[in-house]
Amino acid sequence: MIAITNISKWYGHFRVLTDCTTAVSKGEVVVVCGPSGSGKSTLIKCVNGLEAFQQGEITVNGVSVGAKDTDLPKLRAHIGMVFQNFELFPHLSVMENLTLAQIKVLGRTPEAAIAKGAALLERVGLAAHAAKFPGQLSGGQQQRVAIARALAMDPIAMLFDEPTSALDPEMINEVLDVMVDLAKEGMTMMVVTHEMGFARRVAHRVVFMDKGEIVEDAPKEDFFGKPRSERAQLFLSKILQH
Amino acid sequence: MDLDFEIIGRALPYLAGGLQYTFQLTLVAATGGVIFGTLLALARLSSFKPLALAAAGYVNLMRSIPLLLVIFWFYFLVPVLLQSITGAERPPQIGAERSAYITFVMFEAAFFCEIMRAGIQSIARGQAGAGYALGLNYWQVMWQIVLPQAFRNMLPILLTQSIILFQDVSLVSLLNVTDFVGAAVKVAQRDSRVVEMYLFVAVVYFVLCFSLSAAVKQLQRKIAIVR
Repeated sequence: MIAITNISKWYGHFRVLTDCTTAVSKGEVVVVCGPSGSGKSTLIKCVNGLEAFQQGEITVNGVSVGAKDTDLPKLRAHIGMVFQNFELFPHLSVMENLTLAQIKVLGRTPEAAIAKGAALLERVGLAAHAAKFPGQLSGGQQQRVAIARALAMDPIAMLFDEPTSALDPEMINEVLDVMVDLAKEGMTMMVVTHEMGFARRVAHRVVFMDKGEIVEDAPKEDFFGKPRSERAQLFLSKILQH
Repeated sequence: MDLDFEIIGRALPYLAGGLQYTFQLTLVAATGGVIFGTLLALARLSSFKPLALAAAGYVNLMRSIPLLLVIFWFYFLVPVLLQSITGAERPPQIGAERSAYITFVMFEAAFFCEIMRAGIQSIARGQAGAGYALGLNYWQVMWQIVLPQAFRNMLPILLTQSIILFQDVSLVSLLNVTDFVGAAVKVAQRDSRVVEMYLFVAVVYFVLCFSLSAAVKQLQRKIAIVR
């Protein structure tokens, strides 16, 4: 469903991505991990065209992201994205956050959008908070609203960019639980995260990045069992020590 | 000195008419200036360089010329310019009052542009990114997400600028327009009561501007809490 082929990206003379190639098939959950600054977030933002890339090709459902004649808004409407800092719209209520793009982009009626929004809030356990503003919610609640907002668009795939990195430890699980449920329902997911417990539970494959390169791209069992690259071994030994 | 403040009472209806024009011009210039200024700000922040340069040029030009000169320029020179463009026999008559509306909208837009530009830049890029990720286009992202927040953040500064504008409007009296100051000047000269009139006008300006400033400060505090 998502095919990333030989992607390279530069910021000026600095090369942030080097010949990255990987793919996510329908219903697959791929976890992308690696040390900070390794280009994981940049790579995932290339998938829906939030970041431009200079070389290579990314296709989502056969549509090229980088091509000039691609209708990017239309493509993005079908790819859900969840950000590290939630990025809920603070001037809109929780329900308005969920309905804005449904109405403006998908052309749904306000009634249909609200019904969809209410069902999704129920699903992430926040039905009682529809009228509140994002600033009145905890970080974990905000991120669950952000997931609901992305799901409201009926995405064919979901991108998660370090969804739990900005959360207090006690709030991480409430967000991961929602993500685990999604994965079990067969949602196609690409997840940048350091949560190796999550990777072990639901990932099909793990992509390990370092210095802008994809160093290892292996089934979960292989990655955790016997990572081939030294850099992946070092990374795992560091984050799994505790 | 022999002061006669009764003159003010007698001239009050006339002065009120002038004050009404002052308010009207301020309101139109502030509204038009914010709209045009916001468009200029979006142009200045555009990644399309020629557009950004043209907007920056306009803003810097307006901000570097004294307001009085801009007022004269629009009043005296624009009709002549229009004549040479259209090839009409006589310069088109715009009229001082209409000229003042156009001048102030154009001039204030440059200042409101810089305020809105700062406001737009104060909204984290991630907000726009989240909008784009949902499939919204540029105008939807700006109109639904970035501008409402920018406007809200900048509201106290926009209002403060509008209070300055309210005072600057008095310059149109030099075009013989009957704004508040213009009305006072006419009464003062007709009745030779300069001191009384100018004192009265100053007091009215002070009371209005001081209380408006206090209200803006109050508003600022309120916004700070909600955020």
